[in-house]
Amino acid sequence: MNPSSSNPLTFQELILRLQTFWAERGCVLQQPYDVEVGAGTMAPETFLRVLGPKPYKVAYVQPSRRPADGRYGENPNRLFKHMQLQVILKPPPENVQELYLESLAAIGIDLRLHDIKFEEDNWEAPTLSAWGVGWQVMLDGLEITQFTYFQQCGGVDLLPISAELTYGLERICAFLQDVDSIYDIVWARDPETGSVVKYGDIRLADELQFSVYNFEAADVEKTWEHFRLYEAECKALIDRLGVSEKAWQPETGAGKEVAAKTKNVPELTRFPVLAAYDLCLKCSHLFNILDARGAISVTERVGVIARVRALAVGIAKAWVDQQKADLPASPDEPEPAQKKPQKNEKLVPAAI
Amino acid sequence: MPDFLLEIGCEEIPARMIDAASQELRDRVVALLSRERLSGGEVTRFDTPRRLAVMAAGIAASQADINEHLTGPSVNVAYKNGQPTPAAHAFAKKAGVEVAELERITTPKGEYVAAKVTKKGRSAAEILAEGLPKELSTIYWPKNMYWRKPNERFVRPVRWLVAMLDEETIPLEFDSIRAGKTSRGHRILSNVTVTIPAAGLVYVDSLRRAHVLGREEREHQIRKGLDAATRTVAGARWREDKALLDTVVNLTEFPTAILGTFDQQFLVLPEEVLVTVMRDHQKYFAVEDANGKLAPHFLAVLNTNGDPQGLIRHGHERVLRARFNDARFFWETDQKRSLLERLDSLKHVTFQKDLGSYFDKTQRVQRLCSWLSEVLKQGEVAVRPGVIHKAACLAKTDLTTELVKEFTELQGIVGGLYARAQQLDPTLPEATRLAIADAVYDHYKPESTEDDVPRSLEGAVLSIGDKADTIAGMFALGLVPSGSKDPFALRRQANGIVKIIAERKLPLRLSELMRDARSGYHRSQAEKKFIAGEKFSESIATFFRERLEFYLKEVCGYAYDVVKAVMNADADDVVDAVQRAEALKQVLHMPEFQAIGAACKRMRNILRQAAEKGIEPAARFQLIPQSADEEKMLAAYLERTGPRVEADRSRKEYLPALLLLATAREPIDRFFDKVMVMVEDEHVRANRLALLRTVLKEFSTIADFSEMVTEGKA
Repeated sequence: MNPSSSNPLTFQELILRLQTFWAERGCVLQQPYDVEVGAGTMAPETFLRVLGPKPYKVAYVQPSRRPADGRYGENPNRLFKHMQLQVILKPPPENVQELYLESLAAIGIDLRLHDIKFEEDNWEAPTLSAWGVGWQVMLDGLEITQFTYFQQCGGVDLLPISAELTYGLERICAFLQDVDSIYDIVWARDPETGSVVKYGDIRLADELQFSVYNFEAADVEKTWEHFRLYEAECKALIDRLGVSEKAWQPETGAGKEVAAKTKNVPELTRFPVLAAYDLCLKCSHLFNILDARGAISVTERVGVIARVRALAVGIAKAWVDQQKADLPASPDEPEPAQKKPQKNEKLVPAAI
Repeated sequence: MPDFLLEIGCEEIPARMIDAASQELRDRVVALLSRERLSGGEVTRFDTPRRLAVMAAGIAASQADINEHLTGPSVNVAYKNGQPTPAAHAFAKKAGVEVAELERITTPKGEYVAAKVTKKGRSAAEILAEGLPKELSTIYWPKNMYWRKPNERFVRPVRWLVAMLDEETIPLEFDSIRAGKTSRGHRILSNVTVTIPAAGLVYVDSLRRAHVLGREEREHQIRKGLDAATRTVAGARWREDKALLDTVVNLTEFPTAILGTFDQQFLVLPEEVLVTVMRDHQKYFAVEDANGKLAPHFLAVLNTNGDPQGLIRHGHERVLRARFNDARFFWETDQKRSLLERLDSLKHVTFQKDLGSYFDKTQRVQRLCSWLSEVLKQGEVAVRPGVIHKAACLAKTDLTTELVKEFTELQGIVGGLYARAQQLDPTLPEATRLAIADAVYDHYKPESTEDDVPRSLEGAVLSIGDKADTIAGMFALGLVPSGSKDPFALRRQANGIVKIIAERKLPLRLSELMRDARSGYHRSQAEKKFIAGEKFSESIATFFRERLEFYLKEVCGYAYDVVKAVMNADADDVVDAVQRAEALKQVLHMPEFQAIGAACKRMRNILRQAAEKGIEPAARFQLIPQSADEEKMLAAYLERTGPRVEADRSRKEYLPALLLLATAREPIDRFFDKVMVMVEDEHVRANRLALLRTVLKEFSTIADFSEMVTEGKA
């Protein structure tokens, strides 16, 4: 047991504490996204919401799949699928670092007894044409959080920018519980019987079986085929938008009337950018499987990344346009909504 | 004479950027004060991860007033019948004085009216408030960001500003933040605001009370802490590491050091791996025992005042244990596939997008190394073919290992360690296997001008072959380094080639090496994108010329005129250039060479001027009736001595050759004393020019003496 805390949190308590902390500071609590992603950043709650002028605060747990990182459940520190708790603060409040440190106190870390450092670590995701600057937060030499000020996403310069806090839940929990293997983390403890369920009880089979699938069993040809199909579908949607915004009028006979009454806006709002993004995420995940499988040659690799990026950039642009159409009053002005001082003084946005 | 203080409070600035930015800010403040005539006493800087500050002692409270005379119209225009004209009124108004106050001044052009005006000096506060934002916004950062408005940029968000003249706040605003007197203390130890009572040293004292120390104090405290922590282990010493020390100094505001311990069992892993994990990944100092062997301890530098409960040590030990476990796991996993079995996997590792995979590179480097071995063999340098061939084959296979994927800085080293640990081929004698391992281990060396070259000849050839292949490919694609842009570190690699050739005295010519390297890409996909061969040779020659010049000057320390003289004669054979430079250095002080240098300059000028006028020298010098005595003597000298100099030169015995050349001073001086070259008689003139040309040519085979700096003569 970590002597800093006589009663360390279980894995699920850790999640609950962090969620409560951020909910109390105005965040929407989202649920994990139900399409495979490599990081919490790829969930639409981050990738899309950081675009455009609308302020947003959200927190969610995101299981993140990285096929190449699988270790068949044999390595105590590495996982094919790990869990991130992702917080997006758009725009970042002026005291965002202090808020973050308070969140550590909320999970039982007394900073006066520990060593905390913010060390330079800039984040970049070429497949998403996204980057930001920030730090890895080090607690007694352990990287517990990625702290990033987004600057660009989907090739779009961000205004306002967002702060992204990505907590590595397994690492933090193993630290709190002072265990050397992720699989020994107590996930849940029955309050009546005191019996525990460990991380390994819940996740070990996933790690083994998905490692077998990703490294050995995945059918390369079929995976390529899936990739091509998802890509084609996604691209077709984006291309149709490119041809004409009117392409998205309702397909019923009433189409013409609706279009005449409301000009372009409803058609654009109907554009299924969210569905297109799901298809793009599928491509990204399939690419990762092919990569883990060693099925992507040198010459192909750069090209395939560029194909996924093209989808992401097209979707980002469509989303921004759609947001503008949704906000006819003041599409470029985030300020008005922000000017009112909010109840919680700690959350004064940087814009004031 | 108030003291000035400026502090920019910022979220954590990247450690690697603090020193340069802090220095730049100080320089900018010095320049601003001087530009605005406000300079006072000493200007010092103070920086931590969360602030850059500048303190200027006793600056001017305001600029001095400037009295000056403005000259107006001439007196004739300004006065008619003793009365001021409209021109005089207009001038007085413009100058801001009464017409009655106008004066008369006499100039060489006549009498003019003038106005004495006083330009009022502005206050320091006003000037600084106006000038500093521009200085702050133009500080160079390798990477900056915006957090509110895209035009407000800094390395990380600015959160507070202190700007004061003595006790007064300067009304400064930067990135929407107004300056005040409020600073902040250490994040954890003094999480309070700190009111700075006044500019001056009291600023440093105020921060010290809030657990914030300046750079020198931090370094001192860290060294003391490391020493104290190490003393708890008998006979132990911490390994000095300047780069690491600089990093931890700039990661802390109030540092302390603790000693941690790791399990002895990890000492079976190679020291290279353990030290890399500690230093590069955890920023720990390594500890060695009395024999210089790695001890199972580490030193961590904390940004807090201590670890009374041992919690922090416990945490660091836990992280290191996981890291070492990982490393061991990678090591063991990697052994499941030998390096040889990994060769095929290199097809999936990109070398460069147009230049193909590391598999392709391996094949090219293998061929190039065989070729280099042949060239060296002709120069009587024997490369063991069995060693170089296998080493080149295995050199890059460690890129597919888990250990290198995790610790990229260990590339090459890991390959060498694995080659040592694995049975590469049962038929190989043990000595050959170890030689292969060493060559692979060393083949990224030298990583800098200070770094050693590979230990073995095979390691040297492999290192040259690998680097030459990269440089040739990049140059052929037109990816030539320019200015600060050298993303593939081609300059460093070329410096490495020059250093290896020089120190191992290899008979290789740079142009031939690079030509062979380029031909390794023959019939590859990449070749379609290559620039023309001539352009390639040209840019390669220029590039390596600069590298050789760098080596001779910066690494060997030869004077620039020696380097230039030597390189003008030949810049392709590195070893030869070094030998000639050394010989030249030894004779340079002799008065004979001072004279010969001047004479060579003179000959070159005469020949150049003749060429400019279209005057051709004769095909060759001949004795003709008009030949002067001194002319004949010089020719005779040349005929007598030339072959002996050439004989020495061809044996690369440069010092005797140069000493022989020194005897040329007398005939040359006499020639120039008595003989006029550019005479009217075309025949005589052409003949004399031919003689000069021959002399200059014979003299320039070792060094171009006309490049030498001679005393007293241009």
